Amino acid sequence: MTPALALAGVRRAFGGVRAVDGVELKVAPGTVHGLIGPNGSGKTTVINLVSGLLRPDQGGITVAGQSTDGLPAHRIAALGVARTFQNIRLFPELSARHNVLVGQHLRRHPSPVARLCGLPSARAEERQADAEADALLERVGLGGRAGEKARSLSYGEQRRVEIARALAARPRVLLLDEPTAGMNPSEVRAVAALIRQVATEGHAVLLVEHNVRLVMEVCDHLTVLNFGRVIADGAPVAVLKESEVISAYLGSGGA
Amino acid sequence: MAMGTTAMATAMATATATAISALSDLYATYQSTIGYIGINGLLALSVYATLSCGQLALGSAGFMALGAYAAALLTVSAGLPFPVALMAAAALPAAVALPLGLPVLRLRGVFLAIATIGFGEMVRLFLVNWDFAGGAEGIVAIPQKASVGLIASCLALALFVLGRLRGSKWGFALEAIREDEAAARTMGINTAAYKLGMLVLGAAIAGLAGGLEAHFTFMVAPNGFSFERVVDMLVFAVVGGARTFWGPAVGAAFLTLLPELLRELSPLIGVQPGPLRLMINGLVLLAVILFLPNGLASLPAGLRQWRRRQRRAPEAA
Amino acid sequence: MGQQIINGLFLGSIYALFALGYTLVFGVLDLLNLAHAAVFMLASFVAHSLVGGAHLRLWLALPLAMIFAGLLGVVLERVAFRPLRGRADSNVSGLISSLAVATVFQALALQVWGPNVSRFPVGTVPERPIAFLGGVISSLQILIIGIALGLFVALAVLVRRTRLGRQMRAVAESPRAARIVGVNVDRVIVASFFISSALGGAAGVLFSLAFNAIQPDMGRSVELKGLAVIIVGGMGSMVGAVVAGFALGLVEVLVVAHLGGSWRDAVSFGALFLILVLRPRGLLGAASLREG
Repeated sequence: MTPALALAGVRRAFGGVRAVDGVELKVAPGTVHGLIGPNGSGKTTVINLVSGLLRPDQGGITVAGQSTDGLPAHRIAALGVARTFQNIRLFPELSARHNVLVGQHLRRHPSPVARLCGLPSARAEERQADAEADALLERVGLGGRAGEKARSLSYGEQRRVEIARALAARPRVLLLDEPTAGMNPSEVRAVAALIRQVATEGHAVLLVEHNVRLVMEVCDHLTVLNFGRVIADGAPVAVLKESEVISAYLGSGGA
Repeated sequence: MAMGTTAMATAMATATATAISALSDLYATYQSTIGYIGINGLLALSVYATLSCGQLALGSAGFMALGAYAAALLTVSAGLPFPVALMAAAALPAAVALPLGLPVLRLRGVFLAIATIGFGEMVRLFLVNWDFAGGAEGIVAIPQKASVGLIASCLALALFVLGRLRGSKWGFALEAIREDEAAARTMGINTAAYKLGMLVLGAAIAGLAGGLEAHFTFMVAPNGFSFERVVDMLVFAVVGGARTFWGPAVGAAFLTLLPELLRELSPLIGVQPGPLRLMINGLVLLAVILFLPNGLASLPAGLRQWRRRQRRAPEAA
Repeated sequence: MGQQIINGLFLGSIYALFALGYTLVFGVLDLLNLAHAAVFMLASFVAHSLVGGAHLRLWLALPLAMIFAGLLGVVLERVAFRPLRGRADSNVSGLISSLAVATVFQALALQVWGPNVSRFPVGTVPERPIAFLGGVISSLQILIIGIALGLFVALAVLVRRTRLGRQMRAVAESPRAARIVGVNVDRVIVASFFISSALGGAAGVLFSLAFNAIQPDMGRSVELKGLAVIIVGGMGSMVGAVVAGFALGLVEVLVVAHLGGSWRDAVSFGALFLILVLRPRGLLGAASLREG
């Protein structure tokens, strides 16, 4: 079966530093694939390369078999890729609902004429979009907060809105960059359950995380990076036993 | 009883008639000002168009000039009917905005502002040197075809279109671009296309305003489309508030009426009207940018919040 | 030809001096100060009042006008830029608030000195033309070029050899890093504004001496040319500002001589446009975006 996401020989350097140095990765649809490694190992760079904010120097990335080579970020998104950001990049002045509505951008096809004239068809489409957005916020546990400005939400709440925003696109591939950083244990549990549900629904999830227990619970497959290279790849339990992985983490004080 | 009612009715009729007569006198005297509120409103909206997606594009004086001259030349030299001239006034700048926007919208913040200021100046320079269009003197004796009613209708149309844009999928996309362009791209928004679209729309609105002004004041000249002009437009938009589609129009109305009021005031203070107007403009803009960054339009919401806080305070104590 | 080169260098030195002020503030703060031209204008008026009204000699009036301009710059920073520093859109709102202050300055000038052209009294600079390079150079031109060059050298020494200069370069590179190593960033910013405005004031006095005309809107055309100069030379590059300033002066004089006066301004805007489209960082500008 075609992987939902595949990286082959991907390289990216900044000045002299090789942030990503020949990474191979395959994510099957309906699975959660963890990407872990010490700080600076290239995890976020991989996410940036897949989502199109960066171009690879070498190598190829495909989404459901289609190459993303040369495509601008918005066209890669159209192939079915959505993401969250390590540093949370919600639209601060917009409400939680508006943020999620923007996430639906690619799926909405209202008629401009209908909108201009205020026709019932346009209003129905908008009500539908609002309802979907509110349902997503409900799903991440922010049911009554849809109207609040994103910047007035707590850190954990903002991360959850970001997840809802990414889900709004109903993407083939969901890229989550440290989605539980700064969350309390119960929030983490809720997000873990959500991630498993999302995979069951058929999405492919690439999960970058520092929380090793979460990764063990949630991931079907695990890739470990160090200095931009893959040092282990396979089932989570097996991977975490490998000595190289252990020394990578202990050696650099990661996780 | 009947006498009392008749007396009251007569009194009311007389009062209404006097009011209408006074208003129409007022209208006749201030027709020019009212017309300019409309024109300035359109100009403010043309700057707002790009501000709404976070781009500080200051080429509207150039677009306005293109529209004004296109319309004036079509009615005066080619003898075409006014509606055709007006459509050309909107279409020509829009067409120019397309090739301009492609390279220029790639520039960030301040660089975009400077490039578009440069564009405006180049248009002005071209017109100063174009003898067919009257050079520095411009074109005079343009037929007065733009009535206050027409200007008001055009402003209403622009407000309507921009108002319908907000709250739609495309309006949300524009706001997303303003807040975080790179993140917006990862959601599938073709930010370059949106920014270009708004530049073209803003150019069309500015051109329309130019065509209207040309046929409202009988003349056009290059020095009416200088850097100062686009600064005025920016000030209207910022003072009124560029976070809502109607804010810029409010700012334009406020800052068009203000000099008229000041003209009455200035002899009382002992300051010349020219410097006084400039000083007040500068101080108003400074006050807004420092204390009310989202402009006058944010006053109602701001006041509501302030009152809510006041009401809560005694409870907290 | 020689005469044109002389005129071009002379005009260019004023452009370069003015542009240096812009680029200094942009380099240190990533901000465009659109009140620079108003300071340029006010300094000219003050110098004129000192020479014409208080009967001071030029060698005293010029530094006094420069100090006055520098102080205006300090006020400007405090009132228009510092309050906006935390804001996300601070370079756009900074641009707007500097415009506001520029308008206030212009209003003051109009009220105090009126809209008419003021001129320096005859004899402010003794006239002594000297033959040079196939043309004639006046003592005024020598004076202006000399003062401008002197200020360039002084600035270069300040930036390269003094502690303040090092601190300014550190802040230009990264204010956050500079603060961490103990630089008083606020003070450096104030100093940068003082120096930038003093240079702008000097440019104003020299400009008004050169053309013997001072009026409240004299900053307009120079302002836009100054922008063209720093874009072409590269925002934040002082050498770029000087080189591009001289280049612009020379090209303008040559264009006027061969194509006529009405095309003079087209030079700066044409160059501006070309550079922005082909090489936005300018001829000598830094390639990377500033980090915060």
